[in-house]
Amino acid sequence: MLLDNNRRNPSGILPSEITSQDLFEQRRTVLKAAGVAAASLLLPAQAHAAQTLDFQKTAYGKDEKLTSYEDVTSYNNYYEFGTGKEDPAREAVLFKPTPWTIKIEGAVKQNKTISIEQLMKLAPLEERIYRMRCVEGWSMVIPWVGLPLKALVDWAQPTGNAKYIEFVSYNDPRHMPGARIPVLDWPYLEGLRMDEAMQPLTLLAVGLYGKVLPNQNGAPVRLVVPWKYGFKGAKAISTIRFVEQMPRTSWMKASAREYGFYANVNPAVDHPRWTQSSEKRIGAGVFAGRIKTKMFNGYDEVGQLYAGMDLQKNF
Amino acid sequence: MTVLQWASAWSAKQSIYALKCVIWVGALIPICRLVYLGFNDGLGANPVEFIERSTGSWALIFLLLSLGVTPLKLLTQQAWLIAVRRLLGLWMFAYAVLHVTSYVWLDYQFDWLDIVKDIVKHPYVLVGAAALLLTLPLAATSNQRAIRALKQRWKRLHKIVYVIGILALLHFWWLVKKDVTEPVIYSVVFAMLIALRWLPLTKKTSK
Repeated sequence: MLLDNNRRNPSGILPSEITSQDLFEQRRTVLKAAGVAAASLLLPAQAHAAQTLDFQKTAYGKDEKLTSYEDVTSYNNYYEFGTGKEDPAREAVLFKPTPWTIKIEGAVKQNKTISIEQLMKLAPLEERIYRMRCVEGWSMVIPWVGLPLKALVDWAQPTGNAKYIEFVSYNDPRHMPGARIPVLDWPYLEGLRMDEAMQPLTLLAVGLYGKVLPNQNGAPVRLVVPWKYGFKGAKAISTIRFVEQMPRTSWMKASAREYGFYANVNPAVDHPRWTQSSEKRIGAGVFAGRIKTKMFNGYDEVGQLYAGMDLQKNF
Repeated sequence: MTVLQWASAWSAKQSIYALKCVIWVGALIPICRLVYLGFNDGLGANPVEFIERSTGSWALIFLLLSLGVTPLKLLTQQAWLIAVRRLLGLWMFAYAVLHVTSYVWLDYQFDWLDIVKDIVKHPYVLVGAAALLLTLPLAATSNQRAIRALKQRWKRLHKIVYVIGILALLHFWWLVKKDVTEPVIYSVVFAMLIALRWLPLTKKTSK
């Protein structure tokens, strides 16, 4: 046996000694991580600053005081990269947002995919300064760069059966340490009703502060629905599915009592954990106090979408 | 030579004094750190949350440390250790007060209406408030005169610390959204410290 083995394998390497493809890839990831970590120590933080985008300014939120780039990119909820607020900025360094395609499927004329480059050409990119209110009781003001979701929906050509859109976030435990832990039912799922998706405020963001989205903020493309709590903003969208039934989102699966499908900012409907009647503005300082939260986060124009609905029940 | 053997070579009085100094220095470090970070823009994007988290964690840590004294005394047979329990308990109280002060002042700007609403509507705030209320009689009776006056009742009264521990842990469990790692760690330590009191090993030596 031994002889036989040696004849076929003159080097004498046992099969068990050969590094498997998977392990090989893992080691490469570790090495790359070490390389990136070393590089980031040598280079100033600005070296990460991504390419600038071509966009047109708009009047949205022009009187708002912006939250600093530093705070917007260092205080994130992005559980695929960890549950701590500082985790995503640190852990998403290795994440590669290019090349990127989004699958379009479900109730559409035909399934197709769209690359991020194609997506950015569906409509002129705009800068929109939106308030973002987190269900945890804090808020930011962020200059997003993106295009109305409506442009993508029109391109996707949904059929009459499409009542809702389901957004599936990218999920790869190899590059997303948080996704190795079942804190949520991965992949992250979010959803909108069709008319909410077509509302002109609803944005597919590809950048912020004039530059490409940082990984921790949901690169390369994320959803921004300014009248809803921040968790509706699915990050790193990889699939967009048009469906007939209301999707069960990741947070609804985690706790339907706490997180509803609509998730409209509503100071009158309290969350079992956090006060919703007021909020803390990030960056305002230790002694700034709280500001009163407005219905629909102050975006009153969306009220008509919910005419006749009981928003206490449909929270 | 372990630290304890080394300490027991001293007189009990010296050991108590040395250990109290260590506790004072250790207890002041987190406060100094917060002040330093506060003046140097080091508290992150949400500084109030940072302060609330930090002071809350330290209140819990000092609660566990004070609960650790009795089993440690039983295991090591160093009776003098009991003399630092009260100091640890008082530091728990100090951090609990700082925790609530940051909530009432920095977070809610003394908006009592909102604070009452928050306490009533959110179970985790309610149990936190209950835990704080229960620390008040303990802190108030932590002087020699009260010990002498209350006699056996003092011991019984201070058993409230177990209730405070459970409420504080519940407060933490309900506060975290999804990742319960930290509350689990604190709860396991708490359970172990309680269990140690019932071990035959410690029971026998205690008499």
